[in-house]
This record gives sequence, structure tokens and C-alpha cells, in this order.
Amino acid sequence: MNEHLDPYDADRPLRLSCACGQHASAAEHNATIAQTEAVDTLRARSEETDFEERSRNFIEAALVKALFPQDAVRRSFLKAVGRRTAQAAIASVLPVASLQAMAQERAPLEKRDLKIGFIPITCATPLIMAHPLGFYQRQGLNVELMRTAGWALIRDKMLNREYDATQFLSPMPLSITLGLGSTATPMRVATIQNTNGQAITLGMRHRDKRDPRSWRGLRFAVPFVHSIHNFLLRYYVAEAGLDPDTDIQISVLPPPEMVANLRAGNIDGFLGPDPFNQRAVFEEVGFIHILTRDLWNGHPCCAFGTSAEFIRQNPNTFAALFRSVLTAAAMAREARNRQLIAQVISQRAYLNQPETVVAQVLSGRFADGLGQVREVPDRIDFDPIPWQSMAVWMLTQMQRWGYIRGSVNYRQIAEQVFLLTDAKRHMEALGQRPPAGSAYPRFTIMGKVFDPAQPERYLNSFAIRRTGV
Amino acid sequence: MAAAIKTSWTRSEGFKAGLLSLLLLVALLGIWHLATTGGAPAATPAAVTTLTAEEIEYAKLMGRDVTAGTATPRSGFPTLGQMAEVTGRHLSAPFYYNGPNDMGIGLQLAHSLARVAVGFLLAASVAIPLGFLIGMSPLAYRALDPFIQVLKPISPLAWMPLALYTIKDSSISGVFVIFICSIWPMLLNTAFGVASVRRDWLNVARTLEVSPLRKAFFVILPAAAPTIVTGMRISMGIAWLVIVAAEMLVGGTGIGHFVWNEWNNLSLPNIIFAILCIGVVGMLLDRLFAVAQRAVTYVE
Repeated sequence: MNEHLDPYDADRPLRLSCACGQHASAAEHNATIAQTEAVDTLRARSEETDFEERSRNFIEAALVKALFPQDAVRRSFLKAVGRRTAQAAIASVLPVASLQAMAQERAPLEKRDLKIGFIPITCATPLIMAHPLGFYQRQGLNVELMRTAGWALIRDKMLNREYDATQFLSPMPLSITLGLGSTATPMRVATIQNTNGQAITLGMRHRDKRDPRSWRGLRFAVPFVHSIHNFLLRYYVAEAGLDPDTDIQISVLPPPEMVANLRAGNIDGFLGPDPFNQRAVFEEVGFIHILTRDLWNGHPCCAFGTSAEFIRQNPNTFAALFRSVLTAAAMAREARNRQLIAQVISQRAYLNQPETVVAQVLSGRFADGLGQVREVPDRIDFDPIPWQSMAVWMLTQMQRWGYIRGSVNYRQIAEQVFLLTDAKRHMEALGQRPPAGSAYPRFTIMGKVFDPAQPERYLNSFAIRRTGV
Repeated sequence: MAAAIKTSWTRSEGFKAGLLSLLLLVALLGIWHLATTGGAPAATPAAVTTLTAEEIEYAKLMGRDVTAGTATPRSGFPTLGQMAEVTGRHLSAPFYYNGPNDMGIGLQLAHSLARVAVGFLLAASVAIPLGFLIGMSPLAYRALDPFIQVLKPISPLAWMPLALYTIKDSSISGVFVIFICSIWPMLLNTAFGVASVRRDWLNVARTLEVSPLRKAFFVILPAAAPTIVTGMRISMGIAWLVIVAAEMLVGGTGIGHFVWNEWNNLSLPNIIFAILCIGVVGMLLDRLFAVAQRAVTYVE
């Protein structure tokens, strides 16, 4: 019997709606209360002194590490100049300078009311969570989060200046800056939003096709041309000896349409963002073939950024945004917060997904669609550092598939767009000697090492490519 | 006597039609009910004992609580009960506002209607004067005809990327798309209506030496009004069709974005509810112009 219809229940409500009268049912009322409680708990955690310290340390450590990814160099630098000088140097050169505790007084904000675009996917977690947790507010910003229907619109609304800052796919600022598929407008990556967190999902009827060599003729979807999804899918099938342009079909579909099309059989699989991989499993239309984490552990996916012009006009506002999002990233990185975060972002106003689907993505304990429960704690992570070698790798892939013709000045573009570079240039101006190549760590993608110092050689090492043949 | 028979006949005809409509509705709902409640597999609690802990957890992650023997509803086609629940929920709070990404169905419809109204009125203010010009001057008609013929068949949504690029504002682009799709029926109907005003009336106006402005407002306009309003009615129908698609594309607010957001969540009950809303509002808009049409119709 419905709990509210029991006539002998003395506490039976007079109306079928909830106690506060704002919800249609008591269940909905309870769900809202649970979400409010989740926000309160997370907010309380973010206000714990040790979180602030952890977060500060995390930001500072991240910055120092970003500048000197090689431990030996970092140590010798710190020893040579001393802690104070190093702190002051970093603080004075980065656009994030004032995020450090040492920058006590805050510069006045140029613009308080901001519109920030996002796509309803788990990649957007830090930038979304900064809103209910009040991190934007704490920085004096009045942010309106704008859910957006697709990446092309994100691009257009950034070019139109309807949005002040936005979630990007991390290759998008590169392509927009270069004028690929848009007017060339300089865009900047402030932080990476998330690492990992994508997967290749195949339709249930392909459960015996676990070897990509057997994928000839299949149709796949990716969310955008200039996306890590497109690059990784192409990389993956090319490693299996298939030419992604001729042997399989790749089309661009907004993520929500991926699951619907997979069900309808219009596509055979997709390399898409979560929660849609998990959603396909939940709907029993597909299974998770491989997590992108297993292709390139720590690969960048989405980024948080804005236009170069916005940064020039609103440096202090930009710094405040930077602080908010970095704090939220630190929050999202902690495993104990993930369940609560899932509760908050699965709401209608943000991702609009079943909570269990989002929770499986964030916690890394998930059903794979083939009857197994898998445990992959780093299925998604929120490491914010925009390594410039990531940009170089993306540029090599854009060249590889013919999106960029001719030669590319990798470093110039990477250092222009991925903002860590400012640091290096300013450090030189300050008379410091930043070690060469420090912002260019190597990566291993499907067992093959990418050396950012030799992008051309890397590019030419692939048998399947559209260039220089 | 004859009239009395006629009215009673039409009345019974109307009654029969109404009854038939009702029967059709009941039949449709019945088919819906049968189709959605037919194959609901219920996991028997007895089977739980044979499941390992991992299998139980897997089922839970897939949204099924095997121990209770119930399955939480997922995105399948909703039953009538679920549909009624969703409808009740939306109608009980049509105007709630939880920030720009979450608002009631009434507010969403209001956003869509506002866009349609602005685009439609702009289109009318261009199409009707231009239609007059074309209708009165064969030269203007022949000069503008090639442009109209080329521009008319273009799908309004095809303008969207161009509009976003040039206008640089997504909400104005939405209005522009409504403008461009609703201008053609009004323009052509106005031109046709004005061109086919009876020669006799124009000749009478000429003999009485009526000023051109007076002729336009007191002779041509009333004569062409039924055709013009028909054009407006067709335009409004098209505008309401297009706004949903345009909002699904541009997003932000409106009933189209509501559909997109529920598609995101693969929530068929909400989508069906939105479809019903779109249908009802479209019908009301059409009724509005039907009333206007009746008001301007004349018997020669």
C-alpha cells in the first residue's frame, strides 16, 4: 500500500503533496532534501581548515610541479633560490598569482556577473560544483551556468561573447585559435577540467567483436571533430590496422543522441563522454568495450577556458574564476566526495541523469554491461594541469588526420594556448632560468611513448596518416 | 421548419463526431495500456538465493533491486499511470524557477511563445506592406519573384548557423529563424489577395477620386483581409513547428530545449508530455487565427 494512503496512519498528510508544498510528492521532497544535505556536507568539507590548506597546497604543488615536472630540476631550483623567492617568482608571473595565500589582498573584480557554458556531462564536474558549493560566490563572482546543446554552440557562443568562460573540449581552443572550422580567435586553456572519464561503448549485438581488427565497416560516433574522443578513436583503430577514414565510419553526434542512436541501430558504437557510456549500459543497449583510461591513462578531455581578450580585459575576474574552479577540482579529486557530488550534479538543472549512473562513473565501481562489476577508481579524475605536451600531441593528431595542412609550430601554439607558458616567459623576464622542456612531460599512449620534443618524428612514425605520404 | 430539421441534424452529427472522437481516444489509450503493461518481467524473489553477491550488486547498478523483486522504471515507453504522474507533476508547478537550467513547463512555453510572437510580428510588419507593394505593382512582382522563389523553399533551420555567425546572439538568431520562416506565406498571400481585389471596386474608387492611402486602407485592405489572415494563420502554424526545432538546436530556454534536456535523460514520459503541450498550444494558436479569419470574412 502507498504509505500516504494508509487511513489508520495518524500522521497521514492531508494533501498528497509534500510538507513544504513545493513538490508533487513526498518522494520528490525527500530527494530535494537529500540533495540539499549533500551540498551542505560538501560545503562544510570545503570549509574545513585542512581542506583549504590541502587545496592551497594542492594548487601550489600543482603549479610548482607544472613549472618543473622533473623532480630533480625542481629540487635544485628550490634549493638555489630558496622557498620565498620561488613563491614570489611564481606568484608574480602566473595569471593565477593571487590564488596563493600569499596574495592576501584581492584586486577589485572588473566584471562580477558572468555566464559560463557547460555541456551536461561528468567532465564538467568542477565547473558545475563550484556553483552549488558557493566557490564562485566566495570569490565575489555571480556566475550563471548555462547548459548548452552542443560543442558547435559552445564555440559560437564564445565567439559571440555570449559566454564569458566555458567548458571546452581541450582541442577546441587550439582549433579555434588556429581558425579551423571557425574564425581565428585566440582562446586560452586555463585548466584541464578532467582527465580520463571516456570510453568506447559498443552495441550489445557486437559483444563478440572485442578485437578492433574485426571492426571493418562499423559506424561510430564522436562528440566533435576537434575532440580527444575523435583523436583517441582514430588512434585506437589505426593501431589495429584499420584506416579510420575508409575502414570505419565516424560521425559527429551530440552525446545524448549517441545512446538513442545506438538503441536504434544507426551506429554500432561510440567513443563518448560519460555518463552516456554508463547510461548505454544502464539502458541495456550497449557495453563498455574499453575505458579511455586504458588507452592513455591521464589523457586530457575537457578544459576550462576563455578568450584571450577576456583575460586581457578582466585579469582579476579571470584569476577569481581560476581560483574557484581549481578549488572545485581539488574537491572533486577526493574520493570520499564523489558519491555526494554524484547526488548533486545528477539533478535536473545540471546533468539530468539517474543518480546511480553518475555515481558509477564518479566512484569507478560500475557495471560494464556484460555482467561484470568493475572497480577502476581512476575511471575519471580532475587533474587540472594543462601540460603543453598535451597540446603538442593534439596538434600532431590534427596533422595526422589532415585537419591541419602543412607544418606547425607546435611549441608556439601550445605555449600560446595552454596558459602555463605565460609562466615561463615571465620567469625569463624576471631573470630566472626556467629549465627547457619542463612543461613537456612525455606520455605513453597504448604502449607507445610520445616525445613532445620530436613531434614530427612521432607523426611520421605512424603507418596510417593523411600527411606527407 | 426546414431550418429546425437542419439544426437538429447538424447537432446530432456533431454529437456523433464527438462520440467517435471519444471512442478513438479510449481505443488509443487502451492500446497504449495493453502495449505497455504486457511484457513486464518480474524477477521472482526465489531466484535471489541462487544469485551471488556480485550478481546482486550488478543488478543493483543496472537499476534493478532483485531482492525486492521490483525493477525501477527506466527509459522504456511509459505506462498510462506513469504518464498521469508526470503530467500531474508538471501541471502542479508550471511556473517554478530553479535557475536558468531548470524551470516549469509554463515558463518554458512562455519563452517559446515570446520568441514566436516577436519573430512573427516582425515578419508581419515586413511581409504585409511588401505584399501590398507586390500585389499592386506587376513590375515589383516580377522583379522580386526570383528572390522569393529561391528563398522560400529554404528550410528555416538551414539559416541557423549563418544567423549565429552574423547576428552573434543565439536568442536573436532564434527570433530570426521564426521571422524568415513565417514571412513567405504572409507575403505571398498578401500579394495574391491584393492582386485579386475586384476590378469594379478599384474602378469605383478611381471614379470617386479616392486618395491612394484611403484606397489602400478602406478598399483593398478589407477586400484582401481574408486572404491575408489565411496567410498569417499558415505562417503561425509554421512558426510554431519551427520554434521547437530551433530551440532544440540553440538551447537555453523554451519548450524545444525542454524536449532536448529530457532527451538527454532519455525520459520518454516527459517528452510525450512536452509533445502534448506543443500540440495543445499549436491548436490554440490556430483557433486564435480562425476566430480572426471569421471576423474579417465578408459575403459578396
